[in-house]
Amino acid sequence: MLLVVDHVSCIYGADTNMPVAALKDINLVIKEGEFIGLIGHTGSGKSTLVQHMNGLIKATDGAIYFHGQDIYDGDFDKKNLRSKVGLVFQYPEHQLFEVDVFSDVCFGPKNLGLPKKEVELRAYKALKQVGILDEYFYQSPFDLSGGQKRRVAIAGVLAMEPEVLILDEPTAGLDPKGRDEILSMIKNLQKEMGITVILVSHSMEDVAEYVDRIVVMNKGEILFNAEPKEVFKHYKQLEEIGLAAPAVTYIMEKCKEAGIPVSTEPTTIYEAKQEILKVLVQRK
Amino acid sequence: MLRDITLGQYYQTESVLHRMDPRVKLAGTLIYMISLFLYKNLTAYILAFLFLLSVIKISKVPFKYMVKGLKTVMVLLFITSIFNIFYTKGEPLFTIWKFVITKEGVANAVYIMIRLSFLIIGSSLMTLTTTPNQLTDGLEKLLGPLKKIKVPVHEVSMMMSIALRFIPILMEETDKIMKAQMARGANFESKKLMEKIKAMVPLLVPLFISAFRRANDLAMAMEARCYQGGEGRTRMKPLVYKKIDYVAYGVLIIYVASVIICGRLIPIHLL
Ligand SMILES: Nc1ncnc2c1ncn2[C@@H]1O[C@H](COP(=O)(O)OP(=O)(O)OP(=O)(O)O)[C@@H](O)[C@H]1O
Ligand SMILES: [Mg+2]
Repeated sequence: MLLVVDHVSCIYGADTNMPVAALKDINLVIKEGEFIGLIGHTGSGKSTLVQHMNGLIKATDGAIYFHGQDIYDGDFDKKNLRSKVGLVFQYPEHQLFEVDVFSDVCFGPKNLGLPKKEVELRAYKALKQVGILDEYFYQSPFDLSGGQKRRVAIAGVLAMEPEVLILDEPTAGLDPKGRDEILSMIKNLQKEMGITVILVSHSMEDVAEYVDRIVVMNKGEILFNAEPKEVFKHYKQLEEIGLAAPAVTYIMEKCKEAGIPVSTEPTTIYEAKQEILKVLVQRK
Repeated sequence: MLRDITLGQYYQTESVLHRMDPRVKLAGTLIYMISLFLYKNLTAYILAFLFLLSVIKISKVPFKYMVKGLKTVMVLLFITSIFNIFYTKGEPLFTIWKFVITKEGVANAVYIMIRLSFLIIGSSLMTLTTTPNQLTDGLEKLLGPLKKIKVPVHEVSMMMSIALRFIPILMEETDKIMKAQMARGANFESKKLMEKIKAMVPLLVPLFISAFRRANDLAMAMEARCYQGGEGRTRMKPLVYKKIDYVAYGVLIIYVASVIICGRLIPIHLL
């Protein structure tokens, strides 16, 4: 068990007259190599939760364990935790600051106190992993397109070689093509390098295809924590909290209502196609 | 973290002070500031202290919340007054190493400390209980007569209120960028000066860029809503004095009068 979130609560502005209970008694276990989708409506506490995982926010109540060690222990190395649990913020391109792309990616590993050679090697590898071409390395990060900036920012975290990669809405504000590219790139990282990935999003469509497990949050609480197809069975409940199942789920439900004996389990277009073909072949 | 700085922020709650006309609060703050500088004796400060205390009580803003945001400013204040101890000439009290500590120096330092901290608390009380919109309206109305001598009153007050509104936004932004850079291993808590300065670059560059972006967005949004300055602009909710505002003016006059009378007739001096 890589990361354990144990009865964590978080209250913002506890000493004002408007305290916000952003997290209420959250329990979550994350295993090595998993790809988890963290989904919830705006303000449900997703960003707050992931910032707890690398110790940027201290829980009002509860504990978090990384490799079985309590991260709130006095002698726990927070800096090490932050390099092991890499967090890519919402709109990460807003944190770029260096004169060129390459030095910006070097920032993370450099802060870890690695030798220069190692820093540059890691930066190079990270940039390759996110698919940035060599010709952009020495350009100003501010001259890149939105999608490219986002990749550079992700590389900035990847270069620290984290064990867990958390991405807070990595596809916000990207076009469908940019979105697919980023998501499949992340999937590749998880498959090839065995990184554990937590993907924050508010779109089921985004994650259905890629993740092993979906955690649905609502108003600071975990509502569902299961495989995608299990979660999508509750699509009525999802709608009530302002989310939706992927369009495919709806199509399959409609088919079933119309008397076509398909299973409603498929969550991706490919699976749905297979299922429908299967039923049609049986009919003949 | 940085979000804790409450300077210039509005604190939402229901109180008499919140309901008061912004003009009263603006005038009141100004008068209060002047009253702090009228006399240099304890009598005046005791009165000022009592006045401030009751206003804080009325405002319903938790004292803890207010002071929390002023910590950093208080440190600056403290340093300023320490300098005063060393640099005021007068009757020597005792000497430390080469420095002669004078009676006047100590008194001066204490007075400055009191004055400035009251001043800061007093003015932050105004921003805590007045929304930036009200503040602009009040300022514009108060400075209205200056329009006759071609002072762009509307523009000036608009700029002021935008600046005020931007303080919490920039604080939030700073907090976010700081966290993002900390996630990349940046260390903002280093004790060494050089490292501290170096650590500022990854914070300041994105912050400036974001500030410009926001300013640009705001300008566009204002233009898109046909904002074109104060010329011919009318208000949906014109400011009108109510009974409570007249009462407040009355209280202000009584306060100033008592400061003047007591400060002159029964001065108590420190040391
Ligand atoms: N720094 C903060 N101070 C006070 N309240 C906050 C702060 N950050 C978040 N909140 C509040 O906590 C709640 C959860 O916010 P959070 O940012 O975690 O939501 P989210 O699920 O990430 O939403 P989104 O999809 O919009 O990013 C919200 O009600 C928000 O207003
Ligand atoms: Mg968020």
